[in-house]
Amino acid sequence: MGMRKVAVIGAGMTRFVRRALETPKELAWQAAHQALQSCELTMDDIEAVCLGTAPDSFDGLHMNGEYLSDGAGGWQKPYMRSYVGGGTGVFVPIQGWYHIASGLFDVVLVVAEEKMSSFYPHAQAAFLTIFDHTTERPLKPNLLWIFALEMNRYMTTYGISKADIARVSVQHKRNAAGHPAALLGDSQITVEDVLKSEVLAWPVQRYDVSPVSDGAVAIIMAAEHVARRITDKPVWIEGVGWSLDTAHWTNRDLAYPRYVESAARMAYEMAGIKEPKKEIHIAEPYDPFDYKALHHLEGLQLAERGEAVQLYIDGTAARDGNMPVCPSGGLLGVGNPIAAAGLMKIAELFWQLRGEAGERQVPGHPRRGLAQAWGDLMQVGTVVIMGR
Amino acid sequence: MNDQVAIIGVGWSGFKPFTPEVSYKEMMYSAAVRAYADAGVDPRRDVESFVTVAEDFHEGTSIFDEYTPDQLGAALKPMHTIAGDGLHGLATAAMLIKTGQFEIVAVEGHSKASNILTLPEVTAYAQDPVINRPLRLNTHFVAGMEMNRYLYESSTSHEQCAAVVVKNRRNALWNPLASFAADLTIQEILDGPVLAWPLTCRESAQNVDGAVVFVLASEQRARSLCEKPVYILGTGWCNGSASLESRPWAQLPYVEKAARMAYQQAGIREPLKALDFVEVDDQYAYKELQTLEALGIFTFGQAAPLTEQGFTDPDGDLPVNVSGGSLGIGHLLDATGLSRLLEVVLQLRGEAGARQLIEPQIGLAQSWRGVPTTSTAIAILGI
Repeated sequence: MGMRKVAVIGAGMTRFVRRALETPKELAWQAAHQALQSCELTMDDIEAVCLGTAPDSFDGLHMNGEYLSDGAGGWQKPYMRSYVGGGTGVFVPIQGWYHIASGLFDVVLVVAEEKMSSFYPHAQAAFLTIFDHTTERPLKPNLLWIFALEMNRYMTTYGISKADIARVSVQHKRNAAGHPAALLGDSQITVEDVLKSEVLAWPVQRYDVSPVSDGAVAIIMAAEHVARRITDKPVWIEGVGWSLDTAHWTNRDLAYPRYVESAARMAYEMAGIKEPKKEIHIAEPYDPFDYKALHHLEGLQLAERGEAVQLYIDGTAARDGNMPVCPSGGLLGVGNPIAAAGLMKIAELFWQLRGEAGERQVPGHPRRGLAQAWGDLMQVGTVVIMGR
Repeated sequence: MNDQVAIIGVGWSGFKPFTPEVSYKEMMYSAAVRAYADAGVDPRRDVESFVTVAEDFHEGTSIFDEYTPDQLGAALKPMHTIAGDGLHGLATAAMLIKTGQFEIVAVEGHSKASNILTLPEVTAYAQDPVINRPLRLNTHFVAGMEMNRYLYESSTSHEQCAAVVVKNRRNALWNPLASFAADLTIQEILDGPVLAWPLTCRESAQNVDGAVVFVLASEQRARSLCEKPVYILGTGWCNGSASLESRPWAQLPYVEKAARMAYQQAGIREPLKALDFVEVDDQYAYKELQTLEALGIFTFGQAAPLTEQGFTDPDGDLPVNVSGGSLGIGHLLDATGLSRLLEVVLQLRGEAGARQLIEPQIGLAQSWRGVPTTSTAIAILGI
């Protein structure tokens, strides 16, 4: 028996902002309500709810998923929260996929919410307790430092300059200028601006990194027979993949994300994709830092190792290029409320593939797109391939 | 798609109030090695996906899922965490297999409760930060309120709640995994220290450390790998109202809904007739009574007199918590549902030793995620 086909039929998102006045429940409901309205459904049509949100310590809430349940629509319904750190945003649609592909449900609401501003004075401190309590925490590592290590390793291995990496940040922030929900869209930003920004942990500078943000995104997923009844333009989930590497990140070669490759290969196999560079028309790799987008494009087999930056130099990655990368504006431009940022990429593919992306629309009627997120200790890759 | 999913391996370790000799990783490893040996599978070669259940604040580590793959043999494989009870994890693993994408999936849950120095403060942090936290409600106080309302509306007496403790802790005498086995009288329970009136200390389960691992497989793989597969006939899970203010306090509509979902999958119309035994939540003694009614096994108000009459004893018509329950074994935080499911599997396989029931065919396990949640999960197993 073949696998059950699953489609995305609706999407909605709140604005991504630095400090939302809404409670986490309210943010989750705003996104869920928009997604329902986009496909003219109500909560009565929803059979189950999947939630994604990253560490509880942001909100200082034990069992944050239980707290968010009614806000996310999980009232008197089967409701579960899945979790793979920063990869959660692209995992939660995978959770929706298996809810439906298993045959248990036909219509599922998928919500991702993050409120990082509750952590005072800065959400970075929530990351102090992600490290191994015996071997690493005594060294008091900070998340920015380990990204700096990885960025340095990536640059050194392949001889890539800071100025070339800055092109990623510039393009994504420019792309975000057309996004009504974006926090850091800027059509005028230049490579010079990035290189002149404040140094946070060398080689990471202020504009190399995405902002701390609050926000929520929701999508509606449905089985084939329901999707065809509700919309003329379902966007199908063609492949999913995820892979969690060992926790011993210090033993890994940080120059290449093999866990992203492993997740991508699973998704390509499911989607029947043999030549990803030709068959993927839009890529939304995870870009919490500018070098990360490059790193992930290589892991996704969309560029040779050390050569992803060429896609930005030769214009392939531009909105009107052969394979637009992060036409949404990505995390660097739209913002990075962790789990919500990942699901934002899925929503972007939904809008792009339906031709509903407005100012951000990629020309040429793209047929297939890929979204990817990453998380934990340089450790997890989550990949979703969508097509119309 | 795979239509049927079976449990082909179980493993456990710990089940003690204190385990200073092992870390949570070592406990997970021991449980996993046993489960893989029981199923006859190699995790690196045969197990295609892994699910663990955990909550960051119970672990003392943010983004705890980082530390889950190595000790299970899951590195560089599709693995994810469900922030839920072990039975939510089981339902997830079953869904993964039903998609047809995976044939063999492992589920893990663990508790290292003895590492948590401030558990009451941690659980209080699960309350709504805006509306409830300023009231400084203790977790057990909320349970005491619920108990009081339940006793009032269902005309149940405190003695009848205490009878649950007597039964479960006595059942635990025959369970080598149980830490709180005892032969008590109703009066000893009522005379014990009060936790949050009317709830007494002895009506509240104490925590233990432990890890439980299950290996699940599609029907086809189960038949080739296992002589006695235990089939998952139905799973159900549901959330009710997240806020304390807008929920009914005597009845559990979310358990009713989850049960309906599971019964429908299993083709069960009359649970009392169909089920041979059940393992239900008893973090607090009254919860067992309340849950049996919500599961549709007894009508509202009937669970207490029937318990008193021995209907739910191991030799009664419907044995309830023959393992000893959380009151007898101890509560394993997020792994509690899996510890109860372990009993269902052992009973159905005929491996329950001194407490073995006579040839049971179908059993049910249910769990609740504790105050202040209205989150439950259910699994029905059969051979």
